[in-house]
Amino acid sequence: MTTKPEMTAADIAKAVAGGKMSALDATEAALARIKQHDGVLNSFTDVTADRARAKARAIDADIASGKEVGPLAGVPFAVKNLFDVAGLPTRAGSKINRDLAPAKRDATLIERMEAAGAVLVGALNMGEYAYDFTGENVHDGPSRNPHDTTRMTGGSSGGSGSAVGGALVPIALGSDTNGSIRVPSSFCGIFGLKPTYGRLSRARSFPFVASLDHLGPFARSVTDLALAYDVMQGPDADDSACTTRGLEPTLPLIANPVSDLRIAVAGGYFQKNVFPEAVEAVSRVAKALGTTQVVDIPEAARARAAAYVITTTEGASLHLDRLRKRPNDFDPAVRDRLIAGAMVPAPMVDRAQKFRRWYRAQLAEIFRSVDVLLAPATPCTAPKLGQVNFNLDGVELPVRANIGVHTQPISFIGLPVVAVPVPLEPLPIGVQIIAAPWREDIALRVAYALEKIGVAAAPAPRGL
Amino acid sequence: MAEPLDDYIDAVSKALALPVEEAWRPAVRANLEVSLRLGRLVDEFALPDETEPAPIFTV
Repeated sequence: MTTKPEMTAADIAKAVAGGKMSALDATEAALARIKQHDGVLNSFTDVTADRARAKARAIDADIASGKEVGPLAGVPFAVKNLFDVAGLPTRAGSKINRDLAPAKRDATLIERMEAAGAVLVGALNMGEYAYDFTGENVHDGPSRNPHDTTRMTGGSSGGSGSAVGGALVPIALGSDTNGSIRVPSSFCGIFGLKPTYGRLSRARSFPFVASLDHLGPFARSVTDLALAYDVMQGPDADDSACTTRGLEPTLPLIANPVSDLRIAVAGGYFQKNVFPEAVEAVSRVAKALGTTQVVDIPEAARARAAAYVITTTEGASLHLDRLRKRPNDFDPAVRDRLIAGAMVPAPMVDRAQKFRRWYRAQLAEIFRSVDVLLAPATPCTAPKLGQVNFNLDGVELPVRANIGVHTQPISFIGLPVVAVPVPLEPLPIGVQIIAAPWREDIALRVAYALEKIGVAAAPAPRGL
Repeated sequence: MAEPLDDYIDAVSKALALPVEEAWRPAVRANLEVSLRLGRLVDEFALPDETEPAPIFTV
């Protein structure tokens, strides 16, 4: 049996565990596909072929000797290059970090994926220091959209979106501070999970905004997303924000019916500044779920503003010394944003954090009467690489500043979200399935229902 | 002619020992204007004195 690009992680793991395919064959197939297409996609910054082959051979040896293998046996995956990969400097999309010593140990989430049998095949391109919504990178070049390689992947986990959207690997990991999992999922037409803040360990990943950083998986099916998410759960003393809650597996729950769920469309702010394709995608999802209720999330614009202030100031604080010593080694656009962030008066930051508590209470109240909220993941499909403005209803708006307007008010208070791809023509676009804190299972359940009825699907890469 | 905010940028640059070259100044100023506009939007929202900050999500 040979692998095909459309094979899901679940397909591969089943074939490997059942002896119908070797882990080494699955790994070689991924490496061959990376070799064939990554010259165009530019999604990988490091391909860890030797390590991957060694891991795959070890899995095959375990199977030959009758040992139990994990639920991701032989499944190739890759990680955004802000994850520590033993032996590589953790560049986090930057030039500066390339001078760091190679990481001595893998990030916790890589260890957990590999403990479940997955095979790391490389590290992925990203926007510098994750301060990015485009997937462009001045040092490594842009990652490219697998459906139209003249277009953005979205960022900052651009390589993750490109690698999974291009079917180079069935699963990738990324980070999401303000939308960096959900935006590339939307532009690249794949599923992405941003879990509840604190759910998955961030240990041994390069930070951006401590109070907003999340890690999570990308995949081409909801089953794969749940498979990866489940094996990565669990407390971790190496991340002070990581929850001590026990494991809450979602895979056994995703096929449960959704008819008992109270689902509403997010109104007001979330229905403004959107292109017709975003309206169409939310409408298709709402119709498929039989949703007619619309709920306004109060003060969402202010929540986005507060997230912006916290991001720019915490980010500036993180990089202050590098800004002093090596300002010319930054992407100038990132440097100038961070310098400005260092100059924001402290009371504004404190008030943003206080507003956050108020806003969280409003959402908690909404989730007393609603189980799921639907909202656009991005206001538009993937813009052209380098595009500066887009025209909405006759008004020119800056692309960078507006890509994340619908994701920021949600991650601001750490709510779990599955971004589902709606395969519109000519380009896909994502919808956010938003649940109450710690209810990733509900968001995944709705995503699975949408996938089963064909409203959500990861289209085959059209640009390769 | 000096733009509004330039004196402020100079003062904070000095206080933080954070270099701002002249070529970067227009972009730094533009970004700061956006940050301050959004900061003011948050600032305008009245909150009770007892409100605690919420730096991370907790149950």
